[in-house]
Amino acid sequence: MDFSFTRQAAAFLIVCSCLCVSAEVSTPAGVTLLPPVQPENGPQSYPNAKKSNLPVFTINYSRIQIPFEITLWMLLASFAKVGFHVYHKITIWVPESCLLISIGLIVGGIMYSVHEEPPAVLSNSVFFLYILPPMVLESGYFMPTRPFFENIGTVFWFAVVGTLWNSIGIGISLFGICQIEAFGVQDINLQENLLFASIISAVDPVAVLTVFEDVSVNEQLYIVVFGECLFNDAVTVVLYNMFSFVAEMPVVEPVDVFLGMARFLVVGLGGMGFGILFGFVASFTTRFTSKVREIEPLFIFMYSYLAYLVAELFAISSIMAIVCCALTMKYYVEENVSQRSCTTIRHVVKMLSSISETVIFFFLGVVTITTEHEWNWGYLLFTLLFAFIWRSLGVLVLIPIINPFRTIPLNLKDQFGLAYGGLRGAISFALAFTLPESIVRKHLFVTATIAVILFTVFLQGISIRPLIELINVRRTNRKEDLINVEIHRRMMEHTMTGIEDICGQWTLHTFPDMILIRDSRPESGIVALYKKLELQNAMEILDSVSGDISSAPAIVSLHEEKKGSAKPMKKFLAKDLNNMHNILSKNMYSIRQRTVAYTNKHALPNESQNREILIRRHSSIRRSFRPGSFQSTVNDHEATSEVGYPLRLPQSNHPRCSTSGAVMPLHRLNTLNEFPSVEVLNEKSPSHSASQDSSLPDCHFSTNNNSSADDLRNEEGEEQRPLPPSPALVAEPRNNTHGNPLLRRPQWNQKK
Amino acid sequence: METALIKYLCRFIKNKNTKTDNLILFRYSFTEWPDVKESSIEATFLQKSSRHRLMLSSLTQSAVLCVSVSSSHLLRLYERFESLDRENRGHLRKEDFQAVRELSMNPVGDRIIGSFFSPGQETVDFPSFVQVLAHFRHTENDRIRDGAQKEPANSTARRLKFVFQLYDQDRDGKISRAELLQVLREMLGMQVTEEQLQSIAERAIQEANQEANQDKDDAISFDEFRKSMEKVNIDHKMSIRFLE
Repeated sequence: MDFSFTRQAAAFLIVCSCLCVSAEVSTPAGVTLLPPVQPENGPQSYPNAKKSNLPVFTINYSRIQIPFEITLWMLLASFAKVGFHVYHKITIWVPESCLLISIGLIVGGIMYSVHEEPPAVLSNSVFFLYILPPMVLESGYFMPTRPFFENIGTVFWFAVVGTLWNSIGIGISLFGICQIEAFGVQDINLQENLLFASIISAVDPVAVLTVFEDVSVNEQLYIVVFGECLFNDAVTVVLYNMFSFVAEMPVVEPVDVFLGMARFLVVGLGGMGFGILFGFVASFTTRFTSKVREIEPLFIFMYSYLAYLVAELFAISSIMAIVCCALTMKYYVEENVSQRSCTTIRHVVKMLSSISETVIFFFLGVVTITTEHEWNWGYLLFTLLFAFIWRSLGVLVLIPIINPFRTIPLNLKDQFGLAYGGLRGAISFALAFTLPESIVRKHLFVTATIAVILFTVFLQGISIRPLIELINVRRTNRKEDLINVEIHRRMMEHTMTGIEDICGQWTLHTFPDMILIRDSRPESGIVALYKKLELQNAMEILDSVSGDISSAPAIVSLHEEKKGSAKPMKKFLAKDLNNMHNILSKNMYSIRQRTVAYTNKHALPNESQNREILIRRHSSIRRSFRPGSFQSTVNDHEATSEVGYPLRLPQSNHPRCSTSGAVMPLHRLNTLNEFPSVEVLNEKSPSHSASQDSSLPDCHFSTNNNSSADDLRNEEGEEQRPLPPSPALVAEPRNNTHGNPLLRRPQWNQKK
Repeated sequence: METALIKYLCRFIKNKNTKTDNLILFRYSFTEWPDVKESSIEATFLQKSSRHRLMLSSLTQSAVLCVSVSSSHLLRLYERFESLDRENRGHLRKEDFQAVRELSMNPVGDRIIGSFFSPGQETVDFPSFVQVLAHFRHTENDRIRDGAQKEPANSTARRLKFVFQLYDQDRDGKISRAELLQVLREMLGMQVTEEQLQSIAERAIQEANQEANQDKDDAISFDEFRKSMEKVNIDHKMSIRFLE
């Protein structure tokens, strides 16, 4: 059944792709198929014009041409992406960027053979204004903040100094090469070489990050590569702008170099400043959007984009701006915004960035074939060589300098991973492609860039996985978090709150939080985590019951379980099974997750960290962060889910956890009313029943949902304290690819 | 060790903290150190008010006390102690703690209050007060280490022990299921049903037992507790910066 599904999917995709391609090919750019204009019923101004009747069927291609072609391109690229996952094994060994480029090459080949030009949409402004921002926004938004800030020194050091080192090194070496007559590139002067070098040094280790995550390398390495990739883009763009400006200047004076450095600082810091400013404004805005939930995501996007554009306006680093905006915004926004908006934002950010990246790589493939190349063996080979050499040198020199300042130094294996992971990608290509025409050797540069990208992506991208596993880079210990630990953590939180009250303390750093966050109640992380674990148990149990309901016995509740050694088999009654399905389908369970770590580049985030906010009112406001983590594993072959629960727990750690543990009678789960803060709890108070009525959860369903009754009751019962946005529980079960028909529901397909 | 302590105290006393005008009067009981003369270490500074007195009851306690809390912190804590002690008795009772409003709303507030009082005692004097709070001192300020070979109060193990004892009211060294349930009930209260509480407690105990791979009894021992929490950055979570 698997195989036939594969075949069907493949067939479908091939058909669609063919259609797309033929549509692209057969509607050549710039040609309109508009029939001659015919005056219909108007006065006859041309008495001798031929009279014709009302056209029944017209084609007006020029009207829709541009959006149509863009859509077709995006669709084609997306089909390619879908197609890769038809056969699982490919995506392990071959990174997605390779595949996209290959498909692009194929399509390019087709277009070339029919003497067709790719649409000239990739201009400078299109790239920088429309395609780049989503990619960078996604990187910034899903940056795991805590590890990032812990490693921020290394990241900046490596990104800034490393990129400078690379660019200048490569530039000067290439200039040296240019002096050699044999290669025939003597006309390239130093500025142009530097410009080219700055393009080449833009690292885009998308593929590497995916591999890193699959292999679970240690967090330090991951975050350094991730962070470097991000800020390196910013630095590269700055350098590019600087050098392209300089390249057009006839004479460069020393003062220009000095000005260049000053400009660099202005650009970098200015970008950060703008970003943070916009981030704060966005956070402040979201504080008031509780009544207009539908447009909450809009604010996020608009503010980030605005940050980007304003930075572009002042010609400061827009990438830095948008990244800093996203970083600042993320924390506060995820506090203030409803769960659904949160999910929407993440989805959309991922989607947009996916589109951008796909388009770029695809385009790369197409352009490789169809553009005119200037092939110069010497220059190309030396570019490759120098790119590699300088990166390795950079790593070898810079990392030992920064290692003493790190709490966890990067060892040699990490450094190897870092050096080898220096793939070039989308940004380099776009920068090269949009070089101004005034550069004489533009085609050479484009060719060289494409060659470097192809080489690094294909060769290094494919080989890095076995290499990393071979040299056995330090892995993280991804341990799943436990109820136990969660309880104790919670206990500690309360203890600390109490002690601080006794001491009369308040911590000052929460000042921005006072302003920017709408008061919320602490949510019960323990219950949430527990429910999550229970649901996961349930789903595993459902997995193991392979559809034979008649012989399935009943769910055993806790009190009948034997404690200690042998766990009894889980038993199900048919109706309990039905209950479970009803629960899973009707009720929306979700665990409110605030931050993520280790986001797969090509998938939605692994909601692996739970952060909680404990905010106290009155005189002291305190925040306590609780990474109560439930780190879901990344199953090798399956796409990671978002709020989904992995179908199996890590086999290594707690084999008993998965099947043992109490299984609550599941029909209870949907009748629980999540009560608000712990502070409102007062067991001794006589108003127990009153608070029970008044503190019904504020379900964040949109108004046209069936929980409007809850909302109504909610609004009535409001006391002087606003009710918390307690988590509406959303279960989005993963698509079970192992063929359990009970769980496969198309509308729940949460892959990617 | 005594000389070190004496030196420290003398330094402390001589260090007129210009930010405060408070009077600090030290008096020691010399039951443990009979050979040390009273005159050599008693120092009196008479300033504006003689109301402020700091009574250090037993010297061993004060040894722990002095070497783990710096002087300015001590002063701050003393001020707080005083403000809690409404009736100026010189010691605190349970009612004084309960007067702190937020504490009464804290689900484990009673336990925290209880942790200040040694078993059987009804009052907390200042040294005990500081001794408990010394568990939460920020680990950076470890400059006062004159010869104190004892494990400082704010080590990870001691902090964990403190939390453990919050659970373990009967001090038998284990968190039994009943104790855990009680804590869970206090923390989660109305949010969950009794059955769920039972399940959660059961699960927690199982996990702790698995971690330790040792006894499969129905309780969490301190070792299991510590092992579960080894991933958590205790120093970070359980520190308070005493504002100065």
